[in-house]
Amino acid sequence: MVRQIFGDAMTQTILPPIGMLAELTHRCPLQCAYCSNPVELLKANREMATEAWLALFDQAADLGVLQIHLSGGEPTLRPDLEVLVERLANRGVYTNLITAGVSLAEGRMEALAQAGLDHVQVSFQGAFAPTTEKIGNHRGAHEKKMETARQVRAAGLPLTINAPIHRHNIEEVPAFIDLALALNAERLEIANVQYAGWALLNRNALMPDRASVERQVETVRKAQEDLYGILAIDFITPDYFAMYPKPCMGGWARDAFVVAPDGSVLPCHAAGTIPDLVFDRFGDKSLAEIWLQSKAFNAFRGTDWMSEPCRSCERQEIDWGGCRCQAMALAGSAAETDPACAKSPLHARMATLIDEAMAADRDEFRYRRIGSPVLERQ
Amino acid sequence: MMPRRERRIVTASSIPVLKRHTRLQYDPVRQAWALLSPEKVFWPDEISLDILKLCDGKHSVRQILDHLASVYEASPEEIAEDVEGFLQEWSDRSLVTL
Repeated sequence: MVRQIFGDAMTQTILPPIGMLAELTHRCPLQCAYCSNPVELLKANREMATEAWLALFDQAADLGVLQIHLSGGEPTLRPDLEVLVERLANRGVYTNLITAGVSLAEGRMEALAQAGLDHVQVSFQGAFAPTTEKIGNHRGAHEKKMETARQVRAAGLPLTINAPIHRHNIEEVPAFIDLALALNAERLEIANVQYAGWALLNRNALMPDRASVERQVETVRKAQEDLYGILAIDFITPDYFAMYPKPCMGGWARDAFVVAPDGSVLPCHAAGTIPDLVFDRFGDKSLAEIWLQSKAFNAFRGTDWMSEPCRSCERQEIDWGGCRCQAMALAGSAAETDPACAKSPLHARMATLIDEAMAADRDEFRYRRIGSPVLERQ
Repeated sequence: MMPRRERRIVTASSIPVLKRHTRLQYDPVRQAWALLSPEKVFWPDEISLDILKLCDGKHSVRQILDHLASVYEASPEEIAEDVEGFLQEWSDRSLVTL
């Protein structure tokens, strides 16, 4: 009775965007080694000012954006967050705050709720305090997150728990499910780490072994069944163990985009890893001009850019070729099929990379920090 | 520790209401009704929309059936299975509270 995607017969027509990920800042109190931000992080002085974000949000609403994920870095480090939320609420845009939940002053969640915030997602690096503290490299993080989650519920806001999964916490998946229930969350995301940016630097240290992945799949499938209608569990499976790639961003420049802290508008958060793509900045051009005309957006829009095996594949409008950044990282060209796909001639390389990770020194982390990445022993 | 949550099952006396984290609104850009939720936007068709608009915490499933039956010139019994199935699915997906 309901279709989820606007425009069933999408071909090359450029439809209005539905969603936007706003990376308000790259600053973050956590240092997770799989952060989805670029390896070259922007400092505070590169962030757009309040007025520029408000102008961008107005144009986004005019263009048809219905949902904005307020993210970072840590978005609550922006003192103007309430102002931004209020503007979006006034424009009827659904707001989702994506927070680490370790840096909220007392009363902040309530103020954000008052401003019209719709939904909050709190990340947990572990289901237990020692894991959360180790992965985020932040003492006391777990307790602060628990408190933030409670404040979300106390403010009457819906709550999603986000659990990024990798070798160091994959055995905690059952405990993450208990945690989400204990915190009375509506949703739980079991999100296996995607190897781009920081996670690609740390791939060997983050890669889980096959047996753990199989156990995880079994645990999540069973919980989804047992908790059907009680807790919604979204499972983002690990690419390197998959048969088909993910339709990254729901298709390049198809219905969503990302804005970096400096106003650069990107088709996905890792698109900066593709050399030769040039990104427009909001302010230099309007958002509508960028959405319709940006060369970076049009580079992989639709299906015309595809070569084999995607070109003749019946899944081309399901997978959209998979992840362009993963194709870049593993196949050496962003125009290739994502090697996560079993039809990719490079698919076997994924298995080799898993084996290599198993054999490597797996306790070396490059923690996410502004400045050049440094190897550290945990 | 809070009491364990249980799956709610739709009955004729259930009073469905859209969850707080969803929002049903008209989108002037696409000239269509949209239901906004944390990760997804749904585009309900005409019948779905008629059901969702009555998920206001004031109408019981029985009243919704009566209303839709008169609009679509059918008997409440004929449409009950579809409507209740729809509401059960939306409850299970955490979009509607029963």
